[in-house]
Amino acid sequence: MTTAGLYLATGLAVFVLGAVGLFWHSNLIRRALALNFMATGVFLFLVALGRRSTIPFADPVPHALVLTGIVVAVSTTALLLVLICRFHETAENKSADATEDEKGRTETAGDRE
Amino acid sequence: MILSGEPFMVILLLLPLAAAILDLLLPKRAATAVLFLAALVLPPAAAGLGAAVLKTGAISYQLGGWETPLGIRLYADGLSTLMLLLTSVIGSAISIYAVSYFAEGSNPAERQRIDMFQPVWLIGWTGLNGLFLSGDIFNLYVCLEILTLTSICLIAVAGTHASIRAALRYLPIAIAGSLFYLLGVAVLYGASGTLDLELLAGRITHETHFLIAFALMVTGLLIKAALFPAHYWLPPAHANAPAPVSALLSGLVVTAAFYILLRIASGLFAPVETPGWAGLLGILGAISVLWGGLQALRQDRLKMVVAYSTVSQVGYGFLLFPLTLAGSAAAGYAWNGAVYFALAHAVAKAAAFLAVGALMHQIGHDRLQEMTGAAWRSPFILMAFALASLSLMGLPPSAGFVAKWMLLKSALLSGHWGYGMVIVGGGILAMAYLFRVLEIAMRAPPEGWSRLPLPKGLAFPAMVLAVTAVLLGVFSDLPLRLLQVGPVVADWGRVAP
Repeated sequence: MTTAGLYLATGLAVFVLGAVGLFWHSNLIRRALALNFMATGVFLFLVALGRRSTIPFADPVPHALVLTGIVVAVSTTALLLVLICRFHETAENKSADATEDEKGRTETAGDRE
Repeated sequence: MILSGEPFMVILLLLPLAAAILDLLLPKRAATAVLFLAALVLPPAAAGLGAAVLKTGAISYQLGGWETPLGIRLYADGLSTLMLLLTSVIGSAISIYAVSYFAEGSNPAERQRIDMFQPVWLIGWTGLNGLFLSGDIFNLYVCLEILTLTSICLIAVAGTHASIRAALRYLPIAIAGSLFYLLGVAVLYGASGTLDLELLAGRITHETHFLIAFALMVTGLLIKAALFPAHYWLPPAHANAPAPVSALLSGLVVTAAFYILLRIASGLFAPVETPGWAGLLGILGAISVLWGGLQALRQDRLKMVVAYSTVSQVGYGFLLFPLTLAGSAAAGYAWNGAVYFALAHAVAKAAAFLAVGALMHQIGHDRLQEMTGAAWRSPFILMAFALASLSLMGLPPSAGFVAKWMLLKSALLSGHWGYGMVIVGGGILAMAYLFRVLEIAMRAPPEGWSRLPLPKGLAFPAMVLAVTAVLLGVFSDLPLRLLQVGPVVADWGRVAP
């Protein structure tokens, strides 16, 4: 296996690991980490793609995609963490919006620990 | 004077973005004025683009004058223009509705939420317009992600525990969907060396790489479009959001995911699409239609009924895939029918959610069993809901009827009797769960009832959309003609209805 191929395979493995983690865990922080694993896997894959071509230099397009992807991943993680904080803050005065709550017969969005 | 389409494309992209930024900076009343200005200008801009596309055919616009392999291209054909028109009409109605909805909120905290709603929604609108104007698969990803992030913020905008829980339920699955799509884009780029839709069309062969890319992208989009079995996140998210947000999510966000699927799965990936694939998508679609309908029938909250109805209606679009394999005449009907179904559903569902929100504002809850006599107490809003229901059930002369008719015709022409029965069965289920609502509403009202005061800012946008859903059925010629413009769509797509 070439070096680039090894990186490609590693990227895919990290992605799959993240995906499994996302569906396996219900703890919100773990799910946030799992999403970051998935994103990192895709980024590693894209960076390795740049080296695959026969040309002597690296293809810049996948690298540009990774830059965009990182920006998205950072914002997503930030939003997710803020939401998790708000989730716990609002849990305390839950009774205030009990009417809203009893409708959600759906079980809690994870966080069973 | 011949107007070219390019300025309209730029307006559709930059105006909501500029409005979003202004909205953040300006004081409250000026910010609302900016939102109204955007709601006023965007529909004519989309109509202008539609006229230009009808006249000149599909339009490509090289951003900054850079040619495609290097630069990024905006692209508008009949399909994207129809989607832009849809977005602008529904978006304007939602904007006007939202301002009244939050202003008349039950508590002061809720009234403050409009400050957050406006800029986030305008960024979401930018994402939607950008998505429909994208000419390459990575731009589609970026816009989809903008739309996803703004949707999550809007679900949580009410700030209650339930709404944040709904947002947290939606976020991981939505982002995972985006990442599956992105990995598909990466594989596709690795195999073809381009991201541009037009260049891709010539380079995709039946090799395994392309099959993997296709599978990854479709998986991501199925999650976003809430197809069975990835539908479970939709009802709580759509039902716990504030009414204008529910309308936006069910009307436009789900449609956007379906649009990308149409772009890549119909035509572009034809070399790797085997009957097995198409059949799988069709069967998942059929299960969605029936499962969503059955679940809608079992709900005791009106918003949940409407949300499960979305799961059911999304399924119809996926019947496109097995039906287009059948051959030209049937395929043409399937294509027109599926796209028209997406339009009809978006308008009718947005109208239904807006009407439900207005009703909840009047009577304070959405528990079905306590709604007896709602039709007497609030006839105008129930009328809007009934008109929207007409299209959701697929009764003539509504848009839903035209769409289902074309789908059904395609199913019968190609000998897919099973799918034909699903189309009819889904319609019967829709009648069952919607007539159930209307029946409760039309029972004798409780003792000492009185006509409830009409919240005009809520009732009129709902009614306008509901009437649009019916009119789209009566005047289906122009939208269907617009739909025929576009080379990205495979040849079978351009068969006259």
